[in-house]
Amino acid sequence: MIPQLADLPLDPLHALLVIPAGAAVLLALLPGYWLAARINFLAALATLVAALLLLTERPAPSGYLFVDDLNVVFIVLSTFVGFTTAVFSATYIGHELEIGRLTPRHLRFYHAMYQTLMFAMNLGLVANNIGLMWVAIELATLTTVLMVGIYRTHEALEAAWKYFILGSVGIALALFGTILVYMAARPVIGEGNDAMVWTALMEKAAGFSPDLLNVAFVFLMLGYGTKVGLAPLHAWLPDAHAEGPTPISAVLSGLLLNVALYALLRFKMLLATNPAAIAPGPLMVTMGLVSLIFAGFMLYRRRDIKRMFAYSSIEHMGLITFAFGMGGALANFAGLLHMTMHSLTKSAIFFAVGHIAQVKGTQKLVEIRGLTSSHPVLGWGLVLGVVAIAGLPPLGIFMSEFLIVSSTFAREPLLAIPLVFGLLVAFGALMLRVSEVAFGEPVGSLAPVEASYVPLYAHLALVAAAGIYLPGPLVAWFQSVARLLG
Amino acid sequence: MHGTPLDVAHMLAGGMVLVSFMLLYQDRMFALLNVFALHAVVLSASVAWQAHIQNAPHLYVPAAIALVLKGIIIPVALHRVVIRLGIHRTIETVGGIGLTMLLGMGLVALSMVVMLRAAATADPLAREDLAFALSVLLLGLLMMVTRRNAVSQIVGFMSLENGLILAATGARGMPLVVEISVAFSVLVAFIVIGVFLFRIRERFDSVELQALDEFRGERR
Repeated sequence: MIPQLADLPLDPLHALLVIPAGAAVLLALLPGYWLAARINFLAALATLVAALLLLTERPAPSGYLFVDDLNVVFIVLSTFVGFTTAVFSATYIGHELEIGRLTPRHLRFYHAMYQTLMFAMNLGLVANNIGLMWVAIELATLTTVLMVGIYRTHEALEAAWKYFILGSVGIALALFGTILVYMAARPVIGEGNDAMVWTALMEKAAGFSPDLLNVAFVFLMLGYGTKVGLAPLHAWLPDAHAEGPTPISAVLSGLLLNVALYALLRFKMLLATNPAAIAPGPLMVTMGLVSLIFAGFMLYRRRDIKRMFAYSSIEHMGLITFAFGMGGALANFAGLLHMTMHSLTKSAIFFAVGHIAQVKGTQKLVEIRGLTSSHPVLGWGLVLGVVAIAGLPPLGIFMSEFLIVSSTFAREPLLAIPLVFGLLVAFGALMLRVSEVAFGEPVGSLAPVEASYVPLYAHLALVAAAGIYLPGPLVAWFQSVARLLG
Repeated sequence: MHGTPLDVAHMLAGGMVLVSFMLLYQDRMFALLNVFALHAVVLSASVAWQAHIQNAPHLYVPAAIALVLKGIIIPVALHRVVIRLGIHRTIETVGGIGLTMLLGMGLVALSMVVMLRAAATADPLAREDLAFALSVLLLGLLMMVTRRNAVSQIVGFMSLENGLILAATGARGMPLVVEISVAFSVLVAFIVIGVFLFRIRERFDSVELQALDEFRGERR
């Protein structure tokens, strides 16, 4: 306990919510790009600091908010990527303004929505109430829908519409599941707010009606699974990633998918405490594997660079869901590590892709060639990112994928075959595409790029460092979370 | 709980399922909107009845919201949208009406089997309410799948949300936070949809989603 913390006007937990919410209001009112981008940056930084303070100071759970070992991982990751994306967004959006793709009015809206999204995701992560968590994820969905449609082109509107319809149906199914969990909890805990509080639910779940919990989990899996982007509910994801502003693609892939996965994990833990309920693992393993293999094959047919990396996100979310579905200390550890590495790598890739698309004026893969000779810093950044995401050693994703595969081999060798197959298929596709994009004769504009390389290389450095050496305290921390996950 | 209160609750919730079926086969826009208004009115009555028999006055709030917003304001607004877009002729449905109705019956049977069994330990009111609510939800989903037109998809989505509100109010003592948030989300959803429709109108002069499919990135 650090004594100075008591003197702060806000405890870190509330700061995590108040800072982005306040910044959103402020940014909605403020005109001017220069100031708005800086406030966005400062708010994201302050939120990150609040999240880091939560590591040392953990407030007691209330009826609505709580922090434990599990969600603090997600919070720190989420605020960190939120911060680096704000840095990237400042350069990216500055360029969009210059070329007139966004008007100053849109810009105000964009920044306000960015902070609203951060608020909604933080709220979803710290909510101690299944209803509140649902509301937060719904809010996050609505803000991203608005952001995806911000360019108002045919494609952007179609993507936003599709995302809105599929996201709403998903979120509606999740609400039905939430109601069923309440119905299961009510006879044991009693009416009212307590029957929706995580900490109370986890204590008493053993006495809930298993049949209701089973049906509830199916709805929750379908509902939140839509938001995770698991096949066959993934249809919104590639469009939403490809047509929105690139910072939003980075935040969607790096953060929002994780928040939905977090919700799923919580409910999985809830079911695990009830001995008579179905084991949620096999369901998650199946959907994870299907997503992995499906996305692996879909990667070959892509002609749009952002769309391709969106499919790669489906692939990795499938892999992470698979790992958590397998369960057990090692697979959970690997899943957590993979989730962290994927968030960092994928957002780094989107940072690179955003600048590339801006300088080339296109997202089509055929019109982007020879990046390493025309824009070496950016090109090599992309190559590094793709090498990392494809799972080549010595980078961080290699380690987490290796752990997932080896733990699967040890326990369920038959499942390891489709797993490795899917990974290899995706690997082939990514290598094929990146070699076309990065090497050979440059095509298209050779103009110098005004890019912020810091977020890109900071993420890649972290991923590389994690691949070579994981600090002991981090390992211990992830191990304790993995045990918590069961 | 037995006797008349239970019977009335059943009748109203069952009425919603019936109106959901009516939504499935409406092939004219105005008729569709009128039936949706009826759906909302039945929901409102059902929620108000729940408020009465559960002695839960706060449930009158969602009932009032359903009546005023979804029974009157939204249908009237959509009416205007339909006229402005000039799509007040027929709706194209995918597959025949007969097939859709059969599928709908199958979904209702499914939800009865699943919910009555799963919630066997709950009190009869809540159990059957949940079964009806799931039916309404699935029928709304079916409607969204079978329609291509953006306005009728919105109607399908709102009928799905009605099913959710039915479920939430049937769960006795469910915290107020959630009920208000559900009602609120409907409002937000409508605003979003309104914005969307406006933009789609602005850009395409058509709300046919099939026309939007043309712009898929893969076909560029």
